[in-house]
This record gives sequence, C-alpha cells and structure tokens, in this order.
Amino acid sequence: MSTKPKLYYFDGRGKMESIRWLLAAAGVEFEEEFLETRDQYEKLLQGGSLLFQQVPMVEIDGMRMVQTRAILSYIAAKYNLYGKDLKERALIDMYVGGTDDLMGFILMFPFLSVEDKEKQRALIVQKATSRYFPVYEKVLKDHGQDFLVGSSFSWADVHLLEAILMVEEKKSDVLSGFPQLQAFKARISSIPTIKKFLEPGSQRKPVPDDKYVETVRRVLRMYYDVKAN
Amino acid sequence: MSGKPKLHYFNGRGRMEPIRWLLAAAGVEFEESFIEKKEDLTKLQKDGSLLFQQVPMVEMDGMKLVQTRAIANYIATKYNLYGKDLKERTLIDMYVEGMFDLYELLMTYIMQPADKKEQHFANMMDKATNRYFPAFEKVLKDHGKDFLVGNQLSRADVHLLELILMAEEFKADILAKFPLLQSFKARISNIPTIKKFLQPGSQRKPPVREEDVAKFSKAFH
Repeated sequence: MSTKPKLYYFDGRGKMESIRWLLAAAGVEFEEEFLETRDQYEKLLQGGSLLFQQVPMVEIDGMRMVQTRAILSYIAAKYNLYGKDLKERALIDMYVGGTDDLMGFILMFPFLSVEDKEKQRALIVQKATSRYFPVYEKVLKDHGQDFLVGSSFSWADVHLLEAILMVEEKKSDVLSGFPQLQAFKARISSIPTIKKFLEPGSQRKPVPDDKYVETVRRVLRMYYDVKAN
Repeated sequence: MSGKPKLHYFNGRGRMEPIRWLLAAAGVEFEESFIEKKEDLTKLQKDGSLLFQQVPMVEMDGMKLVQTRAIANYIATKYNLYGKDLKERTLIDMYVEGMFDLYELLMTYIMQPADKKEQHFANMMDKATNRYFPAFEKVLKDHGKDFLVGNQLSRADVHLLELILMAEEFKADILAKFPLLQSFKARISNIPTIKKFLQPGSQRKPPVREEDVAKFSKAFH
C-alpha cells in the first residue's frame, strides 16, 4: 500500500489546488484519483469516505480527511509550515484567511455566465488591488524579511504566491503597483520545490475550462446557475 | 487598560457569535465595542485596526486579530479547547469546518431576497438533517463518549451546541431523529460556563430580526 497521500477530486483546480500547492511546497509526493463519472462519486459516498458527502478528500496518515481548511492546517503543521508558536500561527491564519477570501472570488469564476465573468473579473482585480495586495505589500515592507511570517517559509507564503498567480491570470500586470510583491513572487517561485511545481509536467492544474465545468456539473449533478458574489 | 479581550462588531450574532460562545465556554470575560453607524466602521478602517478592512476584530494579547477562523483558532488553543495533539486538532478542524458550512447557510437565510427565501430554507433544512447532523450523530454513536473529540470538551462541542440551538430556532423539532444529539445538547448546555451563557443577561445575542438586516447592511455598504 502506498504511503503517499492520495487526493480525490476532479481533474482541475477548484478547492483542491491549494492542497496540491502546499504538498508540493513541502516536497511531499502525492497520488491523485480524478472523479470523472457520477458512479465514481456515488461509490465514494456509499463507501462512507466522505464525512460530509463532499470532496476534496485526502487519504493521509490513516485518515480520510475532508474540508479544505482542515486538510491544509494538518499538512502545514505536519511539515513545519505553520510558524513556531501560537502568535506566528495566528498571523499565518489571518494572512491565509485573506488570500482564501481573495481566491474565493476566483473559485466560482468558471461557472459564471459570460456577462457575469466580465463583472467578476473586474471585482477580483478591484479586491486584489485595493484590499488584499496592499496588506501583504505593507507586511513585507514593514519587516523587510523574505517571508511573510517569522523570517521562515510558511503556508502563508505558498498561499499568497498561489493567489498572486491566479489574479495575474485575470490581469497580467496586476502587480504593477506592488514592488515588494513582485520581488516576493520571484523569490518564492525560485524555491526548489515550488520551482518544480511551476514547471510543465507537474501536478499543478491549468486554468479551469468548459470541460472542467461540465465534469463538475455532471458528477455533482450541479445544474443550477451559479451567481457571482 | 483592561486585560480582557475586546470584541469589535455589530450588536448582533453574525460572524462574531461563535467567538462569543468560545470565550464564554472558556470562562473568559470579554468587552464589546458595537459598531452602530457607518462612521464607527470607517474610524476603525482609517486607524489601521482592521487588516482587511473588515470585522470581526478582537483585541487580545497585544494583537488586533481579524478573520473569524484565525480568532477562533487562537482562542481555542490558548484555552485548551483544541484537543491534545495534532490528530485530535485535525478531527476537530474537520468537524468544525463542516459546522461552519451549515452555520453559513443558517446565518445567510435572513439576508435572502423574498423570492429566494423558501428555496434557501428548504436547502438549509435538508443539509442540516441529511448531511451535517447525521455525521455528528454517527461520531457520537461510534465512540459512545460524552464529547465529540478525545473525551474532553473542545471547541467542536461548543460550536455544535451553538449550531443545534440556531437550527432549532428555524425548526423546533429538527433533532427529532437524532437521539444522541438531543442528549449531547442537554449535556453540553449544563456545563457551568455554558449554562451561564445561555441565561438571560449574558452577552449571547438574539437572532437577527428582519428589521435589523437593513440597518446592518447600511453600516457595511
């Protein structure tokens, strides 16, 4: 039996992508089982593997973990990416909460109608540049360290890089007013494990397309219209 | 300067209520500064107290904590309501994240436009009785212990009690099919700190009324 973590999700980003990033950053090899059919999903349900009938689900260390935040917290703690004490953990939690909220605007993007997509793109860029990026820019400027928290690489850095790249996919020059974040992006991207994850052939997933949306709708029988925030 | 945590939020449940519950369960006295008008929020934003311009914000231990989960995680750890090791913390996290999902559904009901309320109500009742409560009933059944995790009181128990009571406000007999959750509810409600919080005069907030929704929205937008 493999001791590698095994990820159960669609073959696409969604809520699992942050988990792929964190495992990759920690240098942890993982396997993936992609949900393609309704039958596969029902089999998982019947097998009792999904505590709240939902994916993501990750088999790791003898557990069948669900709930994205729970999985991420576990990985961060296990691989020393969660700060050295309670105060650092609180900072990391706050920063990750922010990038989570920002990426939340992007999560539903592929499911929106064409008109709603345009509005949402503008909203994403507005939130990124007026609420979230200024915060991280200031954090880095104020302490002048390479990493967001405690002069040590943490979950917060991985999550922020992921968020930056995702927003850049919506507007490529979105970092133009943020010199600290530009340097941060370059720096974190060159960390060996992350550099590897950013190369073609890694388990990083591409921008979600219509095929991904179809698969999710089919497997989850999620045929209602998704509205923007 | 007071050593007590100071909570900045509206005079209502919203996203701060789980934090009030946790502090109360831990027997920690706290102060509250209520945002009543838009200017109250703007002032906090302008003086740099709100990392992402949002509340909840809790001043404690020299920090201005924001982000509900970050605040709750900090309090739970500080007051030993987060399990005894990583595996227990992880179980607690899984359960609590599920509870937050249901909480979100219950909390956002009152904000739905009139033509969406019925559907939202049906969905949240369905999720409560077919997804979330069965999961927690099973957890209790499988281990037969008094508490959800590790045989001692944790934030998971506190959040679940809050959730049960909230759900019952929408449907009084919602626990009809869940005998273990019924006894869980009685048991946890009896814990002295929690019993005190459930009495009139505590800092527990009442359910949001229709009339208050417009008032809250004005302060936020």
